[in-house]
Amino acid sequence: MDTPAPHSSYQTPHPVIEPGHSYDSITEKISAIVLTRRHPIGWFATMAIGFLLVNGLGLSVGYLLFKGIGIWGNNIPVGWAFDIINFVWWIGIGHAGTLISAILLLFKQDWRTSINRFAEAMTLFAVACAAMFPLIHTGRPWLAAYWLLPYPNTMGIWPQFRSPLIWDVFAVTTYFTVSALFWYTGLIPDLATLRDRAKRRWTQMLFGGLALGWRGSARHWQRYETVYLILAGMSTPLVLSVHTVVSFDFSTGILPGWHATIFPPYFVAGAIYAGFAMVLCLAIPLRRMYGLEDFITMRHLENMAKVTLVTGFIVVYGYAMEAFFAFYSANVYESFMLKNRAFGPYGWTYWLLIFCNGIVPQTLWLKRLRTNTTWLFIMALIVSVGMWLERFVIIVTSLHRDFLPSSWDMYYPTRWDISTFLGTIGLFITLMFLFVRVLPMISIFEMRTLLPEAKIKGAEGH
Amino acid sequence: MDAQRSVYGLMAEFDSANALVEAARRTHAEGYRSTDVFSPFPIEAAWEAIGANDKRPQLFILIGGIMGMLAGFGLCYWVSVIAYPLNIGGRPLNSWPSFIPVTFEVTILLASLAAVIGMLALNGLPMPYHPVFNVPRFSRASQDSFFLLIEAVDPKFDRQRTRQFMQGLGATEINEVEP
Repeated sequence: MDTPAPHSSYQTPHPVIEPGHSYDSITEKISAIVLTRRHPIGWFATMAIGFLLVNGLGLSVGYLLFKGIGIWGNNIPVGWAFDIINFVWWIGIGHAGTLISAILLLFKQDWRTSINRFAEAMTLFAVACAAMFPLIHTGRPWLAAYWLLPYPNTMGIWPQFRSPLIWDVFAVTTYFTVSALFWYTGLIPDLATLRDRAKRRWTQMLFGGLALGWRGSARHWQRYETVYLILAGMSTPLVLSVHTVVSFDFSTGILPGWHATIFPPYFVAGAIYAGFAMVLCLAIPLRRMYGLEDFITMRHLENMAKVTLVTGFIVVYGYAMEAFFAFYSANVYESFMLKNRAFGPYGWTYWLLIFCNGIVPQTLWLKRLRTNTTWLFIMALIVSVGMWLERFVIIVTSLHRDFLPSSWDMYYPTRWDISTFLGTIGLFITLMFLFVRVLPMISIFEMRTLLPEAKIKGAEGH
Repeated sequence: MDAQRSVYGLMAEFDSANALVEAARRTHAEGYRSTDVFSPFPIEAAWEAIGANDKRPQLFILIGGIMGMLAGFGLCYWVSVIAYPLNIGGRPLNSWPSFIPVTFEVTILLASLAAVIGMLALNGLPMPYHPVFNVPRFSRASQDSFFLLIEAVDPKFDRQRTRQFMQGLGATEINEVEP
């Protein structure tokens, strides 16, 4: 079925799993990474960098709690800077994980199968990095309990439910919880596989405990599949709601450059765009390090590149519309915002953003570049930088020159801003590489269903 | 009777998903009802063959979602209207459109928790011990092999005749399951 027709110029797409695999070879190859294989030098090198940066994070947060948020560069009029830029950046990256695991599942895209597990892990870790910022930017996270959460306290104070900041708390915590549930539910059958393959007593106990006694009964599978599909169905509006709520943080403000109705869809597209770039950033080195080219094939990389290209266009459309609204509103503050963004003191960040998000992804039109893993990796890094710059441009250039010229000022990050940001990157890398070390990074049981022998005769097409 | 009590059931092993589904269909047609099949990945035809179609998870999710919706909106309403009313320019206290995001998030949260906890509860998990694990080959059920179990509690179960029936299904191996 998959043999290419010799006399046709049409190329059949690359398979989602290379031919020649069996249930056993899939199981062996993926579980061996966790159970028996020695880890490549690349794992240790990346882990060392990540761990170093995590130490920087600990230091930065420790000094922040000791000294207060005065160690950061943000001050009136730029009251929000790296903290919220990084928050939005990280939470956006998380979105691709849910998109791959939930939305592509609903659309029956079987190429999601080999990338969904680590994309979901990426979601969890990215949301964990994101959630740190609202907590630490208060400077006193122990007080944040009553600022953020509605619980009866002796002061009789309650949060303001008309504020998008409180919506954010609910959206992000729900998103994290549901992503964790989805991820763990997907892991249960694979944990049972690891339990049955583990040789050492303590690994058997560990994976046995986590697998909850899963035995692969058809009665269980039926409920499992029902629930997994409904969870995917519920995660889809959830993921759209999360970045929508994040965009409300800005768009409900009256600041020029923030107060725009296009923000929710524009933010969601940007999130998917940044997230797919991050999945490429992780998939390409991991695939090479562990020799997973059979499972994460060129088909996956190419499809992800195409999604990046399409969502990149939506993001560029967002930039164009922002400019158009500013011009068409005939509002002096809005048109000044546009001029200041492009030609003001931070103008270079705007043009760099256009280069990273508007021009570089256009190289993906070419099949030669789309299938070149080195270029894809570099492109994904550039996109990640571009998306970070997008949030910088939206937040800093809008805040630093608002309505009254007497309140204008410049913003410069301090070394603590930068070390905290790098620290969260380190935390992300560390968690990601620990995950690869202790849990199967590709869903083993779903890979089995891709094999031709898993198709049941007489059952209508599944 | 005494000989029957000492066994939990009979377990047949098959080497392919197709053989398992075929065997499950015939076992069901033969009239066995206390049966189960085990596979390393979900096979829709397998649970259809033994007539398993539990719709309770959907009900749990619906109830969880409705409870979440009421809880989410109730929280916003109670805090903003009853416990901590803030009069800002005479705007209405029950400003329900601004309560929708929180209501939506709590709806999804409780529905998802109901989904996963309900699924685990209906499956009887966590269950550290189960007789099927006494079959040494059963560790392949999570890897590459397929199993059919007929429990001894089934009224049609008879150690000899059930074993003969299983042999006729094309099983590669038949084992007695210790209770």
